[in-house]
Amino acid sequence: MATLPLPTADIIAQFGPSLNFPNPEGIPGRDEPDAVVKTHCCFCGMQCGIKLLVKDDRVVGFEPWEEFPFNEGRLCPKGVQRYLQNDHPDRLLTPLIRVGGKGFEQIGWDAAMERVVSEISRIQSAHGPDAFAMLSGVSLTNEKSYLVGKFARVALKTRNLDYNGRLCMVSAGAGNKKAFGLDRASNNYSDLAHAEVILVCGSNVSETFPTLTHWIWQARDNGGKLIVVDPRLTPIARTADLHLPVRPGRDSALYGAILHQLIKHDWLDHEFIANDTTDFEKAKEAVKDYDLGWAERTTGVPKEKIELAARWWGPAKTSFLLHARGIEHHSKGVENVLACINLVLATGRIGKPYCGYATITGQGNGQGGREHGHKCDQLPGNRDIENPEHRKYISQVWGIEEKDMPGKGLTAYEIMEAAHRGEIKGLLSICFNPLVSLPNNNMIREALEKLEFYVCIDFFLNETARHADIILPGSLHEEEEGTVTTAEGRVTRIRKCVNPPGQARSDTAILLELADRLGAKKSFSYESTEEIFNELRVASKGGTADYFGITYKKIEDNMGIFWPCPSEDHPGTPRLWEDRKFRTPDGKAHFHGIAYRDPGEITDDEYPVILTTGRVVSQYLSGTQTRRIGKLVNQYPEPLLEIHPLMAAKFGIRDRELVTVSTRRGFAEFPAQLVETIREDTVFVPYHWPGKKSANQLTSGHLDPVSKIPEFKVCACKLTPTGRMAPEPAESKAWASV
Amino acid sequence: MTTSTFRTDQEFFLDPQRCIGCHACEMACAECETNGQLPMIHVDYVDRFLSPQTSVQICMHCEDPVCARVCPAVAIEKDEFGIVHSANTARCIACSNCVNACPFGVPRKIEPMDLMMKCNMCYDRTSVGKKPMCATVCPSGALFYGTREEMARNRPQSSPVKTFKFGKETVKTKVNIMMPKGATELVVHE
Repeated sequence: MATLPLPTADIIAQFGPSLNFPNPEGIPGRDEPDAVVKTHCCFCGMQCGIKLLVKDDRVVGFEPWEEFPFNEGRLCPKGVQRYLQNDHPDRLLTPLIRVGGKGFEQIGWDAAMERVVSEISRIQSAHGPDAFAMLSGVSLTNEKSYLVGKFARVALKTRNLDYNGRLCMVSAGAGNKKAFGLDRASNNYSDLAHAEVILVCGSNVSETFPTLTHWIWQARDNGGKLIVVDPRLTPIARTADLHLPVRPGRDSALYGAILHQLIKHDWLDHEFIANDTTDFEKAKEAVKDYDLGWAERTTGVPKEKIELAARWWGPAKTSFLLHARGIEHHSKGVENVLACINLVLATGRIGKPYCGYATITGQGNGQGGREHGHKCDQLPGNRDIENPEHRKYISQVWGIEEKDMPGKGLTAYEIMEAAHRGEIKGLLSICFNPLVSLPNNNMIREALEKLEFYVCIDFFLNETARHADIILPGSLHEEEEGTVTTAEGRVTRIRKCVNPPGQARSDTAILLELADRLGAKKSFSYESTEEIFNELRVASKGGTADYFGITYKKIEDNMGIFWPCPSEDHPGTPRLWEDRKFRTPDGKAHFHGIAYRDPGEITDDEYPVILTTGRVVSQYLSGTQTRRIGKLVNQYPEPLLEIHPLMAAKFGIRDRELVTVSTRRGFAEFPAQLVETIREDTVFVPYHWPGKKSANQLTSGHLDPVSKIPEFKVCACKLTPTGRMAPEPAESKAWASV
Repeated sequence: MTTSTFRTDQEFFLDPQRCIGCHACEMACAECETNGQLPMIHVDYVDRFLSPQTSVQICMHCEDPVCARVCPAVAIEKDEFGIVHSANTARCIACSNCVNACPFGVPRKIEPMDLMMKCNMCYDRTSVGKKPMCATVCPSGALFYGTREEMARNRPQSSPVKTFKFGKETVKTKVNIMMPKGATELVVHE
């Protein structure tokens, strides 16, 4: 029974989140550090270079790393404050065991490991190997991602392994594989500099990838035009030449209408379409009725703006299309991505200087993590777990029989649904906080409570970990060597700056010992992370994500190498498709016919308002890390309900009044923030908070049929003013909300 | 100051239209241990109801700094490089004359210390040839430290301006503000 052993408030008192502020008197040792280590930020997919200052085996500060080519020293507030985690009072320093009524008590490593292994054996003997699932995350390095994938299949022998990238980049990955046969940003960001038009589709760039802002501005300094599609006037949309405030859930209609205009005005690259693509006719047929009038009615964007966007995009000589979770977090996520790709292919502007297309991968290692490890349908090198050839190759690398390689398992949300149905009985999680980050989290909580056994590896006791039976204290980004692959496809080196504190161990050491105790030692004997990487290189060889030619030394010497890099004398591939040889079976880029359909839930008389969710600049994902850093919390202390004054007037809602937001799945109270920077039919709540402040109590479990990404970006809600004004944010203590 | 390697070819350029309100500059500034974790740069919403636009303000390092002129204790000094330094702690009497006089609203009286503190363009960094911290980390280019030539090359659609008109008073500064191409002064009010 993975219920809470104590009331939440008591657990928070012991394990946080509590707020870490730098000492105003100064941090000892910062003036004379023992080491200044060139590594990267632990947060988003930009993976900005940063130097960490180390004194007495503790991280004591940072310095900008101005030589690193992507960010040249630039950082966001999360990056500036990232150093405050290693020596944080909330760090888990020993293994813990849940004792009902008493909370979590310290336990030795040996006893903890023994308990974990005996519970895995008990559950798997009684209910089969797949009754024990594993959830992972892509803040982990490539080495750890690879190790998790191998661990789950070879040591844990379960098919049910999935990861938090399921909430992030899977729609983009699936769309890219369909269109190009390969899942990576087609260009690195230096191709933004001279793009005549940049089309940003559903990405709050300046809050979620702040350092990318510089690259977009470079294009604008050179005369480029910026178009931003977003239901809100975000900081990047504020400065755009054209802002298209799309109604949430109607994205594919907008991109279909733009394609209709490109065809109507013959802004097409006929030669490229004829020689290098397939299925243009299907794409054309699907949008034949999407005229401007229909598009305006469907998307809520004035037709003049849609027409202007097409007029800028169509005849341009160079361009770059960027998209992110705004179009991907939908039950039509893959279709939205394909509708965007159609615009790139129709104009033939890809595989050339300043002609780019990229999804902006969200998580730190969202790119590398989804290529080599923990995705339920995938094997290293971005191979397919159901492809007999791929299974055979990886089985041979791993030294197992192909018949022993588990097949495709359930995706993240489906794993929790299966736990809710009682089919999955045991869970091992690392680097994932589903109680905050998955939608419909009242269901997630019930599912956790039904588990017979749950073991969590983490460095802080995140909200989900409070339901664990055993907690194993793991390591931070700066506590282990490794590599990550940035949103650009650049493989970079992560350096170990310090040892994990107390009795905490590296995540790798924990997984290796568990594998040993599960009887798989011979497949899990590594002397170093470099040895794991070298095995990953071999495992990826010949796959679409080919890392074979990348070595630690080569990464260090070049400050990163772009995959694919098939041999040691290969320089890597910053820009894809220069040779026009796409990685689809027929070697062509594929158009897709994308007919518009409605989102999973649309507004009605009972739930008349569109709810969309997103992020703020000072928080990262489920807040496991950033809700413990004082200044980041103070910058935006509590989730606010952004609402247009006209909608507020309709419901009689005042600024700072507490409003109950209800959906078919739950309800929550948020202070209203009246702003004219959001559509009149839509409200917005950021999702980084737990408990009663969690926006994911409200979001829906509609999944994309292909990528299985949940529809975080649109559902139907109703608003009820409470008549009470919100207390000061400091009183609500939202960072630790019960 | 004889050991200073302050680079006189480097200038500070503020480009407020680019500010994305992320507060990286404030947090990075506060890390400087001389300020006791207080930022000397300030980012504020202009009017959040209407727009997410923010404005960012550092000390403009006036040629004839009014803060120094009004200081009864002669605590504020401009050095040979044009940096207007924060109040000399031994001399400052916390009278707030400078706080009230500065046309850019830069100096602030820090209550617990009873002391005026303000941006000194990261003198600890700039005096040894480094960039100020805020301009190093700024992710959008709203804060930039480099040469006029770099700025002219990188931002051909803007012009740096360092003359401000406050009614009949003209204030000339060391720090530049980026204006539309061809502008030569910023008229705050007629």
